[in-house]
Amino acid sequence: MSDKPLVYLVGNPNAGKTTLFNRLAGVRARTGNYPGVTVERRTAAWRAGPHAAELVDLPGTYSLSARSPEEQIAVDALLRDAPAVVVVVLDGTSLERSLYLALQVCETGLPTVVALNMMDEVRASGMDVDVDVLAARLGADVVPVVASRSEGLDALTAAVAARLDEQRLEEERATDTPTDAPTDAPTDVPTDAPTDAPTDTPTDAPTDDRDQAALPSAGEPPAGRPAPPAPVLGAEAEADVEAVARVAADVLKAPPRLARAWALWALLSLDRDDELHDVPAALRAIAQARHEAADAAGRDLDLELVAARYALLDQLISDAVRPGPPKPRLTDRIDAVLVHPVAGLVAFAAVMFVVFESLFRWSEPAIGLIEEGIAASQGWLRGVMTEGPFRDLLTDGVVAGVGNVLVFVPQIALLFLLISFLEDSGYLARVAFVIDRVMKSVGLHGKAFVPLLSGFACAVPAVLATRTIASRKDRLVTMMALPLMSCSARLPIYVLVTATIFPADTRVGVFSVGAVVLFSMYSLSVAATLGAAAVLRRTAVRGPRPTMVLELPPYRLPVLRNLVGTTWDRVKTFLVDAGTIILALTIVLWALLSFPKSADVGARYEAERAAATAALEGEALDERLAALDAAEAGEQLEHSIAGRLGKGIEPAIEPLGMDWRMGVGVLGAFAAREVFISTLGVVFGIGEADEESSPLREQLRDATRRDGSKLMTPLSGVALMVFFVLACQCMSTIAVVRRESGSWKWPALMFGYMTALAYVVTLIVYQTGLALGWGLG
Amino acid sequence: MAHLGELPLGARARVRAIACERPVRRRLLELGVLPGTELEIVRRAPLGDPIELSLRGYRLSLRAEEARTIEVEALSATANEPAAAPARA
Ligand SMILES: Nc1nc2c(ncn2[C@@H]2O[C@H](COP(=O)(O)OP(=O)(O)OP(=O)(O)O)[C@@H](O)[C@H]2O)c(=O)[nH]1
Ligand SMILES: [Mg+2]
Repeated sequence: MSDKPLVYLVGNPNAGKTTLFNRLAGVRARTGNYPGVTVERRTAAWRAGPHAAELVDLPGTYSLSARSPEEQIAVDALLRDAPAVVVVVLDGTSLERSLYLALQVCETGLPTVVALNMMDEVRASGMDVDVDVLAARLGADVVPVVASRSEGLDALTAAVAARLDEQRLEEERATDTPTDAPTDAPTDVPTDAPTDAPTDTPTDAPTDDRDQAALPSAGEPPAGRPAPPAPVLGAEAEADVEAVARVAADVLKAPPRLARAWALWALLSLDRDDELHDVPAALRAIAQARHEAADAAGRDLDLELVAARYALLDQLISDAVRPGPPKPRLTDRIDAVLVHPVAGLVAFAAVMFVVFESLFRWSEPAIGLIEEGIAASQGWLRGVMTEGPFRDLLTDGVVAGVGNVLVFVPQIALLFLLISFLEDSGYLARVAFVIDRVMKSVGLHGKAFVPLLSGFACAVPAVLATRTIASRKDRLVTMMALPLMSCSARLPIYVLVTATIFPADTRVGVFSVGAVVLFSMYSLSVAATLGAAAVLRRTAVRGPRPTMVLELPPYRLPVLRNLVGTTWDRVKTFLVDAGTIILALTIVLWALLSFPKSADVGARYEAERAAATAALEGEALDERLAALDAAEAGEQLEHSIAGRLGKGIEPAIEPLGMDWRMGVGVLGAFAAREVFISTLGVVFGIGEADEESSPLREQLRDATRRDGSKLMTPLSGVALMVFFVLACQCMSTIAVVRRESGSWKWPALMFGYMTALAYVVTLIVYQTGLALGWGLG
Repeated sequence: MAHLGELPLGARARVRAIACERPVRRRLLELGVLPGTELEIVRRAPLGDPIELSLRGYRLSLRAEEARTIEVEALSATANEPAAAPARA
């Protein structure tokens, strides 16, 4: 990557970092992931005056302290990556809270510029902020800005450029006096390593001199700059911090100010069961020892450290901020409706309805267009290419695979436009607030609701939607459970099976049998999802109970550019990362279903076709040829690897009420559940088929097992539907979970548990039914 | 001594002590919920839990089980409408 100086944007969630990032760097952002953590990393090349820099949008955080890898990103970025300048983005309307993070950053002595954002709202509220007092006390430049309207950006850029100027000067001075080793210039630092893998640095034994070299001034401000702030601790706490800082300086090779920052971080972050990585054992040991000693002495070390900062901040606020006249906030007036005990629930339902509509209906025209386009290109290729395996590879493998990827784009795009709107406006936090009561009972976070709901449409956008959940564990539980939600691709299967096994006018009490079946399947899927979430929480994804310590930010008007930017990022990473997996799997499945071909079968049908052409003509001939093609496809499928696999697993699936033809269908359905039906069409030798196709229904109704009994009874049909509710029959879901969880471990676990669950439950249903003699025909 | 979960809507209170698990406690402290901090109970979620607090010029939601661990001293109950803005909102 680049050796350009790094400029980091840090700030509380909703402080306006992304807005500022987009305004400063435009559309040139690159997105990636932090190594090992599924948190997005956005960077862009940015010119600050004469300096070419790299701008990085860090995830929002209230503090540098951390308990989990995703929270550790901020501290690693600041204390390990050696940024040239840190821009702290503050929400000017909630300085009392947001200055805490600013203070933490300034304490490190890193060159800091504070972007005092939301100045439009600050002014409107009549509040008055003394920028000079803030700047003097924080030891940083403070620049008022309105990110959403690009106000103050020139001054901000100039302030950053000034810090970069200072560093360049210092660097030049350092080259003049080469003996002055520790003042190595930041641009000499191999910043490419941290940019690629900010958390990969082995901390116990720094292999290079980056840690010392990175910070020329090591926190000592250049002449003319105020000193960094230093909250005053009591003597005992001060001794604790110094003891830990000595160890930090030693094991992390950190200069004094950074060592102190590490010490404060360690004392407020490390805990018996934190999940932090790359923490030197010696640092952990001393922090633990100091905490235990403090506990034993009846002291509250956590409180002492935090209270010292807030004491400094309270003083700063009272000196620099004059509150405006008290007046009702717009947010309160909106919330009086949106989280009202009755109206709030109605509003909630309405918003969720819109999410639902967008997934089911609004995305439909675009999906239809994509499907038509794919079918047209397949037809075109079939027309211009000579028949053969290569043509089939292109049409049924590659083009079909591209189609399998593209069909998800409309739903993903619409869902993310909506979710980003909800998130940026502040309503998503209210969604969590309103529904948390329900979600917590199964160990899920309130923010899991929208992804779960989206799961009724399709698991792929739903898994992507879990990004709004901050904690990695909460995200994992949600994405592992939500493929059990009955997605719209399962619906055709319910329709086909119900229509096959029950006469159309069958009733259960006053209800039609179709309604009862659908209701039961959807209930089963919701129960299974919530049950799985509860079990996963206690087993594979064990972790701290999710908390609802959640800020309810003021409502704000989202900026269109941000919505489009976020949506485009989502779509792009889906296409690139999950898309390649889906394409590859489509080709593999096509090969399994197509090869090997039997030459005997081919020759036999060739002969029959010749005979037919000789004997028949006109419509009768066409019909006969189509029937022959369909029959041949069925026989060839039987010969293919998938056909053989279907037969191979027959002993395993027979107790579930399926035979090998169902087995092949289930294998084919892996490409997408609805493919189950078209695969069955081929197996039964009737060519193209969908869930409304009556030839397929008739074939299924008449089909028998080897022992002559009926294949499709009400019992085996219900068993088949139960299987489809619970089984992980979708390679696209697997691909997207791989992308979003960052490893194959999670999709493997998901596939494993869902398949096992589907097998066991279907087995119980079918065998119980058999034993009781239910629904046998 | 009362805890936060017991206070009626619109009540104002001053935090005395926080006694929950260390990770949550640290988070609350860093968010400015310190002994001595004044806060107001703004509303309950439509389903009764969590609750919304107003402190230090911003709004924070907490579950009942977390609110129970925060010991407070009730301040003169200004039982006027909860939407009334606290200072610096
Ligand atoms: N009124 C006003 N609104 C702003 C300003 N800057 C940003 N916003 C809005 O504030 C909301 C949050 O902004 P974001 O840029 O998404 O905040 P963020 O810091 O990236 O948030 P996270 O990514 O969640 O940490 C959006 O709706 C913005 O439109 C501003 O200067 N004035
Ligand atoms: Mg952002």
